[in-house]
Amino acid sequence: MNLIQFMGAVELGLLYGLVAMGVLLSFRILDFPDLTVDGSFPLGGAVCAILIVSGFDPWLATFCAILAGMAAGFTTAWISVRWNILHLLASILTLTALYSINLRIMGRPNIALLGETTIFSPLEESNLHNLFTLPTAMFILATLVLLLLYRFLSSEKGLGMRATGANIRMAKAQGVSVNRQIFLGLALSNGLVALAGALYSQSQGFADLSMGPGTIIAGLAAVIMGEALFNPKVILTALMACVLGSILYRLVTAIALNMGFLGLHTQDLPLVSAVLVGIAMVTPRLRAKILDFKASRS
Amino acid sequence: MIRMTDLHVTFNRGTAMENKALRGVTLDIKKGDFVCVIGGNGAGKSTLLNALCGDIFPDTGKILIDNKDVTSLSTWQRAPYVARVFQDPMAGTCANLTIEENLALAMGRGMKRTLRMALNKDYREKFRTQLGRLKLGLENRLKDPIGMLSGGQRQAISLIMAVLQPMKIIALDEHTAALDPKTAAFILELTREIVEENHLTALMVTHSMHQALELGNRTLMLHKGRVVFDVQGEKRQGLKVSDLLELFHKASGLELDDDSLLLS
Repeated sequence: MNLIQFMGAVELGLLYGLVAMGVLLSFRILDFPDLTVDGSFPLGGAVCAILIVSGFDPWLATFCAILAGMAAGFTTAWISVRWNILHLLASILTLTALYSINLRIMGRPNIALLGETTIFSPLEESNLHNLFTLPTAMFILATLVLLLLYRFLSSEKGLGMRATGANIRMAKAQGVSVNRQIFLGLALSNGLVALAGALYSQSQGFADLSMGPGTIIAGLAAVIMGEALFNPKVILTALMACVLGSILYRLVTAIALNMGFLGLHTQDLPLVSAVLVGIAMVTPRLRAKILDFKASRS
Repeated sequence: MIRMTDLHVTFNRGTAMENKALRGVTLDIKKGDFVCVIGGNGAGKSTLLNALCGDIFPDTGKILIDNKDVTSLSTWQRAPYVARVFQDPMAGTCANLTIEENLALAMGRGMKRTLRMALNKDYREKFRTQLGRLKLGLENRLKDPIGMLSGGQRQAISLIMAVLQPMKIIALDEHTAALDPKTAAFILELTREIVEENHLTALMVTHSMHQALELGNRTLMLHKGRVVFDVQGEKRQGLKVSDLLELFHKASGLELDDDSLLLS
């Protein structure tokens, strides 16, 4: 692995750190396993790309992508809360519909953004442009989102949302409007993921329908690896752990794919991901078992 | 004042499991009343409390709180009027939030939750004072996850959480049933203190006849979804458990055969 590949993995890790924070919000904080993200990531990319090639300002395009993602999250919440449908199924419905909707939005399976003005264009045109510019920009963005999210989750509203996921009976008894929290949380989560999709299409120079599948596993991998490695106890460290987990996940998969003797190709990425997530999920249990075993012997 | 009129609740209506949990309960609770509700398994006491809190909607009947009809309001909409302590200490607090976050959450009961920070110096100061009265040393552990505490400690915090904001009634749902006798006695004493100090109106569901006579100013017994007796004032003074059994016998023509009720 050379420096270019390394920085590329870090950049992608930071970008998917946004996805990871979105997944942390739904899976962990709201306790709502939401697969919509596999559709809202390409949705963000699609909305952003079509607006940019239609001549809109890239910042406006990115903003619209966030709104589109929020709408997707809102839809899943509505199906689940309003019609009392299991969260996983509700998100699968939205996700399936989004396949068609994304294609409708783009009008074709992919849109190239080469030569278009993106929010990253000023960086690329500046004298300072080098290997580190984009990763630095991503780092700043991810940090900004992390701090905003942390501030929100520490607020009265945010605390109500955390209680909704942790103990819904208690949250209700304390006057938290739990249904609204689910709407808000899923909208936020998918808005974040769509933002990541918009940034992805702009930094990679294209939007493609195929960029969706695998988003949820990347987000989950980051969250679970972060938890396994850093064992976060408070919300700030949980947020940081999932971003670090995301970077690590990209590095490990890049290394695995680069190890010639393994004979892995790019198309083996989902397999590598699944194995990684599996290991990360089993590790804490194994560790507990070993500790139990040691305790029982002494 | 709380007025519950002719409440009927049926579970699993139209199935073989149909269960008429409440069959026309009418109950007026005056401001400052401390009502102890007693009854055996399946008497309907938890259903009554859940109906008051909004967890269950009655098939028919009305619930008024200070002349406001709350019958169709859901639990979270009723939270400004009803504070609640659950039977299960795990249910009333959030294990993975810290002690101070749990208290901050209760500070928001009945208030609009904004984007302001949920915790600040004033709140922490207030929490420390409130926790200090328990003499459990919890005032120095504000940042510990509440899941690290024992059931009794969590139940004590639940009581404190309940009275952080004003309410019309506090609903205590067998809140000492899951505790060992010593801890239960501590929580019961704390309940008495807190209710008296804050001049609260309370509805306490209990399994123990002793508790139902020891605490409060009014004892009410449910049996098969109906009120069998309701004693207060002079009539209640000096009553013993054996008198309650007598009352039950007179009212229902039955002998009480619920061991759990007689033994506790």
